[in-house]
Amino acid sequence: MMNGPERPLFDVEEMEISFGPQHPATHGVLRLQMKLDGERIVEAKPIIGYLHRGTEKLFETMTFPACIPHTDRLDYVNAAHNNQGFCITMEKLLGISIPPRAAYLRMILAELQRLASHLVWLATHAVDIGAITPFFYTFRERDEILDLFEEYCGARLTLNTMKIGGLPFELPEGWLDRCAKFVDAFPAHIDEYETLLTTNRIWKRRTVGVGVISPEDAINMGLTGPPLRGSGIEWDIRKVFPYDRYDEVEFDVPIGTNCDTYDRYLVRLEEMRQSIRILRQCLEKLPEGPIMAKAPKVLRSPEGMVYASVESPKGELGYFIVATEKGTTPYRCRVRPPSFVNLQALPQMVKGSLVADMMAVIGTLDIVLGEIDR
Amino acid sequence: MPEPILQLLLIPLIKIVVLLVVVLLIVAYLTYAERKILAYMQVRLGPNRVGPKGWLQPVADGLKLFVKEDLVPGGAEKLVFMIAPAIVMVPALVMFAVVPFGEPFKVAGISVTPYLADINIAILFILGVSSLGVFGIILGGWSSNNKFSLMGGLRSAAQMVSYEIPMGFAVASAVLMAGTLSMVGIVEAQRTAQWWFMFPGILGFGIYWVCGVAETNRNPFDLPEAEAELVAGFHTEYSGMKFALFYLAEYANMMIVSAMAVVLFCGGWLPPFPNLLAGLWALPVLAWIPGAFWFLAKMSFFLFCYIWFRGTFPRYRFDQLMNVGWKWLFPLSLANVMLVALGVLLLKG
Repeated sequence: MMNGPERPLFDVEEMEISFGPQHPATHGVLRLQMKLDGERIVEAKPIIGYLHRGTEKLFETMTFPACIPHTDRLDYVNAAHNNQGFCITMEKLLGISIPPRAAYLRMILAELQRLASHLVWLATHAVDIGAITPFFYTFRERDEILDLFEEYCGARLTLNTMKIGGLPFELPEGWLDRCAKFVDAFPAHIDEYETLLTTNRIWKRRTVGVGVISPEDAINMGLTGPPLRGSGIEWDIRKVFPYDRYDEVEFDVPIGTNCDTYDRYLVRLEEMRQSIRILRQCLEKLPEGPIMAKAPKVLRSPEGMVYASVESPKGELGYFIVATEKGTTPYRCRVRPPSFVNLQALPQMVKGSLVADMMAVIGTLDIVLGEIDR
Repeated sequence: MPEPILQLLLIPLIKIVVLLVVVLLIVAYLTYAERKILAYMQVRLGPNRVGPKGWLQPVADGLKLFVKEDLVPGGAEKLVFMIAPAIVMVPALVMFAVVPFGEPFKVAGISVTPYLADINIAILFILGVSSLGVFGIILGGWSSNNKFSLMGGLRSAAQMVSYEIPMGFAVASAVLMAGTLSMVGIVEAQRTAQWWFMFPGILGFGIYWVCGVAETNRNPFDLPEAEAELVAGFHTEYSGMKFALFYLAEYANMMIVSAMAVVLFCGGWLPPFPNLLAGLWALPVLAWIPGAFWFLAKMSFFLFCYIWFRGTFPRYRFDQLMNVGWKWLFPLSLANVMLVALGVLLLKG
């Protein structure tokens, strides 16, 4: 026997485990370095950068309009908002105001994109928690949205569908009718997802009280989007700093009360319903007129710094552009991706919970590595 | 041919071969059925490329797994890693020896029983052998030298041990009602009672079925192989035929649990509602239907439920699973045994 201090009968030690970057549940190439005590998480550290493509640096070498296709690749399930954010920032810098028809069309595209993005979130979130069927239902509807996009601009995922000063294309014939048909049919589908999940006992046990983040912590960490609203803070860029014509449409900002995964789930479902409401109003109010503002062929920036943001499905997506006098490229373009900021709440949200909760929390944060690593 | 050789050697041998072939065929097509049913539940088509309507898909899958490279990861305990799939597969098949698929029938004047053995402790035999399978899962998870496999193995160990107890009690309630441990005897008892044990023993039946789903590691209790958390659980590192054995054993276990549910609670090979519809089943049009048909039909229903669950439910969390097992099912099954015992005492004296 060994001398010295008494040794316990069994050696109990924490297990270090590396989740990802090729783990099936980490939504892309997120890596989590975890210390586990049995099934309990002692510490979880997200390690990012596996998808870094240097987008921000690339912006500096490209003319302003040429940057737009690259914004598609940031949050690749949500191209329209990326385009919109960049265009709005540039329009603010150049002092261009876009025609009302273009603004309304942008809102239609953006809200359709929000639905598509939330559908991907619901699908992956449910699969992570073990319910595989909602995945196929949501992708059925998402496909209809992508069909609408394809008809409009030819692309389904990387849309590249906005220009600084408006939109590149007029709508194809009959597009509005098809869009209206989809908008009318969609609320019934949300109810369908809800029958599978909302009152399901197992779903509730897996999400209620999981991944709690208090309103104070949420604000201190700079969370935006559904993670912030799930904690009961009414903050939506579309309401507080309206862009395009969001001040002309009516919609509510849903908030949660319990700050947990279940509330964030409810918030996102309600957001889908509100998106439908916005879409209905946009389709009704859509004015006639030009879709491009009068802008010079070659854009030359005034000297200055400008920040503008849009409410992407994941939170506040902001662009900060530094421009030089008569420059044709951004001197510096910094993207404020919502996923990147939201991800920093993860270690706190999972600490002390079980491994399975980790999956629920990753799902509820709705991160996309494309915009985290840029 | 002398009688003993025929009775003791030839017929059992033929039965073993037939049983194995039938069971493995059902298992193979169960995977096909699962994919197809799940697909239709999820607005997809499922396999439809190999053969007409994808009927040859299981054959193609089997062939693929046969020719796949059989990988043993470096740092794995080689011997344990190799035998673990066998430890899982063998008990799953052995249990079929005592499952009565139907009534005895006569072929060319020789009486044949559509089961391999009618032993008087069949229930104990099944409960005993079924607990052996978990060793294969633990050993497979441990020997892979992979942390995800290890966690999967540990989870399944905890799960199977805790769900075996309420399951045993639920089975005991049926045994109490029948007064015998023989599978054939239990079915015969339901014939004399004119009732499937499901109706007086609805609570026991419910507990049995929940535990049965948990025992086979199926959704919503599929934690040991929770894809989202543990990659593929205990069989993460397995490939080729070794993986196939784990896979087949899971489906064979599903069949056993379903078959047990049929025998214990749903009247085995007896036609449905023996007391209400006895006149109907005596009609010559329907009387020729063999008992095996009813048995397989009922078993198919339970197997369908497995697939149905998988299409519907999310997954429990590990601690919740333990809570359900120990705090709900265990006391409930104990109370159920007492209730049933009391009922049997009062009614039968």
